[in-house]
Amino acid sequence: MAIKVIHPGLATTVQDLGRPGYFHLGIPEGGAMDRLSLKAANLLVGNDEGAAGLEAVFIGPKLEFTQDAMVAVTGAEMPIKVDGVEQPGWTAFAVKAGQVLTFDFLKGGARIYIAVSGGIDVPIALGSRSTYPIGALGGFHGRAIAAGDELPVGEVRKATEGKTIPEALRRRPGMPTELRVVPGLYWHRITEQAGRNFFEDEWKVAPEADRMGYRFRGGRPLDFVAREQPFGAGSDPSNIVDSCYPYGSIQVPGGTEPIILHRDAVSGGGYFMIGTVISADMDLIGQMQPHTPTRFVKVDIEAALQARKDRAALVGQIKALF
Amino acid sequence: MPMRYSFGGDEHLFVECSEDMSLEAFFNSLSMTTGIKEAGIKGVTEICPANASFQIKFNPDVIHPDDVLREVKAIEAAATKAEPVITTRIVEIPVFYNDPWTHETLMRFRERHQDPTGTDLDYAARINNYASVDEFIKAHSGSPWFVSMVGFVSGLPFMYQMVERKRQIQVPKYLRPRTDTPRLTVGHGGCFGCIYSVRGAGGYQMFGITPMPIYDPTQKTSYLKDFMVFFRPGDIVKFKPVDRDGYDQAVEDVDKGRFAPPIREVRFDLREFQNDIDGYNAKLEGVLNGH
Repeated sequence: MAIKVIHPGLATTVQDLGRPGYFHLGIPEGGAMDRLSLKAANLLVGNDEGAAGLEAVFIGPKLEFTQDAMVAVTGAEMPIKVDGVEQPGWTAFAVKAGQVLTFDFLKGGARIYIAVSGGIDVPIALGSRSTYPIGALGGFHGRAIAAGDELPVGEVRKATEGKTIPEALRRRPGMPTELRVVPGLYWHRITEQAGRNFFEDEWKVAPEADRMGYRFRGGRPLDFVAREQPFGAGSDPSNIVDSCYPYGSIQVPGGTEPIILHRDAVSGGGYFMIGTVISADMDLIGQMQPHTPTRFVKVDIEAALQARKDRAALVGQIKALF
Repeated sequence: MPMRYSFGGDEHLFVECSEDMSLEAFFNSLSMTTGIKEAGIKGVTEICPANASFQIKFNPDVIHPDDVLREVKAIEAAATKAEPVITTRIVEIPVFYNDPWTHETLMRFRERHQDPTGTDLDYAARINNYASVDEFIKAHSGSPWFVSMVGFVSGLPFMYQMVERKRQIQVPKYLRPRTDTPRLTVGHGGCFGCIYSVRGAGGYQMFGITPMPIYDPTQKTSYLKDFMVFFRPGDIVKFKPVDRDGYDQAVEDVDKGRFAPPIREVRFDLREFQNDIDGYNAKLEGVLNGH
């Protein structure tokens, strides 16, 4: 069976939980930006939590099903319709052969996850079906889906129509969104005052926000500790000898606009970083729209580990429903 | 200088071997990452060497970050004493300098450049005190380059020029990054050379283009059938200038599956290299040419 793409949306890609193991060659992990939402959608339609689904940002696709299917949509708030009839989010619903799945305008969040029973069955590339468009790797021919594509679907799994994830187990970024950060990496390059300002200021998501990284504006520029630039680093005080970049790391080119690297991160480069968003808060970034007010909250490793446990417990509660 | 350790959130350990770039710093990074690989620390999922630093990613559900730190620090003493010797590959890469495609691109983004009146080659030759672009190309292709990092995007090599520091080519990056760079552009930023593995954004000065693909996710390229990424840290590269005919011929050879980049296995000893850089480079070139 297959899904025919009538309209692709803005940038809709096949994503699973990513391809770890190749970052040392510049090939990022990739996968769903909001992992919890993808897992929930998969569980609702009877898939393994890591099956491949569709991630659509800001605008949903228009899809025609060639066979009966069980579908679930999670993540952002975006009205879901089958042949014009509204369907609930975070809930398994049945689609009949020939019916068309569409979406209305986005109401909150940024990315929806569409899971289909059986999963999107594109070939596995380096251990994953996730699309990495920069490297033309994985997904549907290494790119975002386009009108006319026919997406293959795997063997249908058993699922219960109407099964839903309760509101309390759905995680959404607050307003302003708080992102917890462990300071480190090249934190010593900025002055103490600049470090305080960074955590005090309110920032806003800039329009340049995608799977590679999220840029922020609105806070005060960071002042640097004076030094003679090391050999090979480049002349700007924000330059370093090109190093690796952690996922979630916050680089600040020129000291002005912080960029958080996300799932399709470049693996390295020559800009200093002041810290890293904790793993438990990475999903939230995937649901942030441009202009979202944002506060960075300073935490230590132990707090980051506790947040990670809390998040794992939440995923555990969702899994326990099935 | 002691190594500097820092956590990158709860999933990464970042280690800076040196603030300055040097081959010593790279060898420290390489022996550390090799040591970490051999130690088989549980919970470690990625080991990424860089020019003068490295990073490891771990699963904190399996191992506490403090334990990762302790185990990696335990490797430091032995790793920094390791012999700076590797068995690696030397490979010859054809380059069509001053080609029409990077030329078209650099003209399109001229307002983002330090010197809008000339080309990237004119600018790089001038600020590095070469009398002409030809002299500059001679220097660029005259000595080998050491691949000190693979990354940024899909298999892109960062290359460190194997000459004394005072002779190393250095150029700033574009004032504002371009939104486009032709695939397989040979570029340079700071002290590093690179080959853009895919088309896309970039800030390095553009000197030429190679006909030799270095990343192929379809794995149809004859020498990329085993793995889609060509380069590994530690590779040694020698550029060979080719003209338009040479470039076109190589492109056709790649398409027909008969392009075979000259590759030789070679033992590289950092101390011997530093005792006599030019003499050692001549020997390396001899190996490449089958002497």
